[in-house]
Amino acid sequence: MSDTTQNGPVLAADGTPLKRSLAKALRMQKLRALMLIAPLLLFILVTFILPVGDMLFRSVDNRIVQDVLPNTVRALENWDAASSELPDEAVFAAMAVDLKAAAEIKVHTKVAKRLNYENPGMASVFRKSGRKVRKWDVENEGPYKERLIELNDGWADIELWRTIKTYSGQRTMGYFLNAVDMKLGADGAEVRPETERIYNTMLIRTMRMSLIITFSCIMLGYPVAWLLANITTRSANMLLILVLLPFWTSLLVRTSSWKILLQQQGVINDVLVWIGIVGDDNRLVLINNELGTIIAMTHILLPFMILPMYSVMQTIQPTYLRAAKSLGATNWTAFWRVYFPQSVPGIGAGSILVFILAVGYYITPALVGGTKGTFISNLIAYHISSSGNWGLGAALGAILLAVVLLLYWVYDKIVGIDNVKLG
Amino acid sequence: MADASNNDAFVEFERVQKSYDGENLVVKDLNLIMPKGEFLTMLGPSGSGKTTCLMMLAGFETATHGDIRLGGTSINNIPPHKRGIGMVFQNYALFPHMTIAENLSFPLEVRKMGKSEREAKVKRALDMVEMGAFGGRRPSQLSGGQQQRIALARALVFEPELVLMDEPLGALDKQLREKMQFEITHLAHRLGITVVYVTHDQTEALTMSDRVAVFEDGRIQQLAPPDKLYEEPQNSFVAQFIGENNTLEGVVKEINNGVALVQLDDGELIDCKPVNVSKPGERTRVSIRPERVEYNKDRLSEGVHTLKAEVLEFIYMGDIFRTRLRVAGNDEFVIKTRNAPDQVRLKPGQQIEIGWLPEDCRALDA
Repeated sequence: MSDTTQNGPVLAADGTPLKRSLAKALRMQKLRALMLIAPLLLFILVTFILPVGDMLFRSVDNRIVQDVLPNTVRALENWDAASSELPDEAVFAAMAVDLKAAAEIKVHTKVAKRLNYENPGMASVFRKSGRKVRKWDVENEGPYKERLIELNDGWADIELWRTIKTYSGQRTMGYFLNAVDMKLGADGAEVRPETERIYNTMLIRTMRMSLIITFSCIMLGYPVAWLLANITTRSANMLLILVLLPFWTSLLVRTSSWKILLQQQGVINDVLVWIGIVGDDNRLVLINNELGTIIAMTHILLPFMILPMYSVMQTIQPTYLRAAKSLGATNWTAFWRVYFPQSVPGIGAGSILVFILAVGYYITPALVGGTKGTFISNLIAYHISSSGNWGLGAALGAILLAVVLLLYWVYDKIVGIDNVKLG
Repeated sequence: MADASNNDAFVEFERVQKSYDGENLVVKDLNLIMPKGEFLTMLGPSGSGKTTCLMMLAGFETATHGDIRLGGTSINNIPPHKRGIGMVFQNYALFPHMTIAENLSFPLEVRKMGKSEREAKVKRALDMVEMGAFGGRRPSQLSGGQQQRIALARALVFEPELVLMDEPLGALDKQLREKMQFEITHLAHRLGITVVYVTHDQTEALTMSDRVAVFEDGRIQQLAPPDKLYEEPQNSFVAQFIGENNTLEGVVKEINNGVALVQLDDGELIDCKPVNVSKPGERTRVSIRPERVEYNKDRLSEGVHTLKAEVLEFIYMGDIFRTRLRVAGNDEFVIKTRNAPDQVRLKPGQQIEIGWLPEDCRALDA
C-alpha cells in the first residue's frame, strides 16, 4: 500500500504497472466468458432487442408520405392549412406528378392506406385517381386543379390537403396521439370526439383488470404457498405437482375448459340451477365479459404467484413464529407482525410477474372476454394482423411497455427491487 | 430472589411422556422439580429428549402424558403466548425486518404497554447487555455475539420469571462463548430469574449451572450440582459423558466396608467404590478420572492395589501433561498431571505403576 503513495502506481514483478498486468491476466478469462454467452446474446439481440427497437421506431415512423409525394409535400409548404381556401394550382400539379410516378410503381396505394388511417375515405380518392392519372401527360396538360377535382371531388375537400400537410414529416406523434384517443389536427394535438374514443378506455380496463387478477392471485395463492412451505417435503412435492400441473397443459385447452365450465349452459350454471341457488331462466353470465376473463386468467397465472411466494416462505424459519409467540404474541399477531412482513418480497415478486404477464395477455381475453373483457393486447393484435396499421399497434405496444416500466419503477421506490426474490 | 434453598416447586414435570409418532417415546417418564431462581441445565447428546422437554415447557409441543406445572398451576392447556416465559433460541430468531429497538419493543407492544414505558424498558434492557448504542440497527448488521446479547435482552425485557435457552451459544466461537457463559450466569443471578438452559456442551453445563440434568434416551440419568456430577457420576453414561474418563471392565469379587474388590478382565485386582454394584459376581465398568491417577510411588497410600502400565504417548499441553498408557489391555487410558517443577516427565516405552484412592475409582454399571 505504501508503494502507491510514495512511488506512483504499484508495479508487478517485471516492472509493468500492476493494473495492466492484472487486466492482461484476466483478459483470457473475460473473453472465454463472453464466448460462452455469445449464442444467447445473439439470440436475444435478434429475437428480442431488434424487434422491440423496430417496434419503437415504427410507432413514430412516417417517411412514406415524403417518399411517395415529395413534390406535393414541398409545394404544400407555402400553403396555410388554417385557411379555408384550397391549395393553388402548383400544389395540384405537383400531386399529379407524384401520383403518376407512384401509380407507375404501384406505391400510391401504400400512401393511400397510410393517410386513410388519419382521414378515412382518402384511400379511395388516391386509388381511383391513381389509375387515371397514370395515363396523363403531367408536363403540359394543365390545369390540374380542375382536372383532378373533375376526376374525383375528394380532391376538393380541404381536409384531405390538411391531412397531407399535417402528416408530411419524417416522424410523427400521430400514432401515439391516436393511441391515447387524440389526433393531430392542423393546429396541433386535439382530443377526439367522444364517439371515436376507445384506446384510453381499453388501456384503463387492461390496467384495472390486471390489478384485480393480481390481487385475486395473491389472495388465492398465499395460503397455498404457506401450506407448501409448512408441510413435510414429501407432501409439499405432491402439492407442488398439482400447482405445476396446469403448466403442462396447453394454454388453449385450459382456456377452452373455462368456456365449457362458465357458459350459460355450462357446468357451473347447471350445478347452481340444480342446487336451486339460481333460477333456470336467470342463469349467471360468467363468460364473454370481464368476469370470465378475470376467472380464467387468475387460474392461468396462479402458479406464477405461488412459486415465488413459496420460495420466499421456505426461507422464513419457523422459529420466528415461535419466538413471537414466546414473546406474548397471539397466533394472528405473530403472523401479521412477524411472518407476513418477511413474506412481502415473495408477494412482490409474484405480483410483478403476474401483473406484467396479465397486462400483455392475449389468448385468454380473446377467447373468453367477449367484447367487454378484451385487453389492449387484443387491439394491438387487431392492428398488426387485421387493419394493417402497424404504426398504431406499435404505439399502443410502446405505451404498454412504458406503463409497465413505470410501475416497475414505482414498485422499486416503494418496496425496493432488491426485496424481490424469485428463489 | 436467587434463593435456591427455597424449595417451593416453581417448575414441575410430573410423569411427563412425549411421543411424536405413537410408537417411540422421545421423553420417557420425566420427573423434575425446580425451585425459583435456579439455573438448571439440561445436558445430553442430540436426540436425548432435552430440547423436546424445553419445547413442552415453552408450549410449542404438547406432552403426550403427564403434567407440567408452573408456579403450582398446570400449563398443559395454556398456549405459549400466555405462559409468559422468555425464550432464547439457538439461531437467536431476531426478527430481521425490525430494528433492534423494535425487536425489544415487540413483547411490550403485544402487552399493550404505553410508548414511554416501552422506550424506558427497551433502553434499560439494552443497557443491561451493554448494547445501548445499537437500538437503530438491524439484526443483520450485528455480529453473532451482539445478536446473542440482543436475543437475551429481548427474552428478558418483559420481565418473565422463567427464561428458557435453547443452545444459545452454539453458534459462537470458543472465546466469545466462554465470555457469554459468565455474562448469562451473572445476569440470571443478578435478576433472580429461573433459567432452564439446554446444551450439549458439558463445559457450558458445568460452569453455568446450579444443577445439571443429564439426559439420555428420554430419561434424566442424573440430576445433580456440577461438582457432584463430575466427581460422583451415578452410572457409566454420565461418567463417560461428563469430562474425560478412563474405564476398565471387570467382575466384582467382594464388597467390604464400602470398598469393592474388582478383578479386571486380565486378572489384576483393584479397589473401588461400589456405586451401581451390590453383590459379588456382577460385571462392572470401573471409572477413574485422568487427574486422579497417581504414578509417583511416594504419593500412593499404603496397601492399595496398583496396576502396571506402559507409557504410549506423552503430550505436553502447557499447564498440564497428558499421558496415554496401556493399562490392563486398554490402550486409551489417559492420565493428566499438573506441570509442576517437581513433576516427572514420562517417556514412551517407560514401565510405571499407577494407583488411586479407592473412593476416586467408581464401580458402575457394566
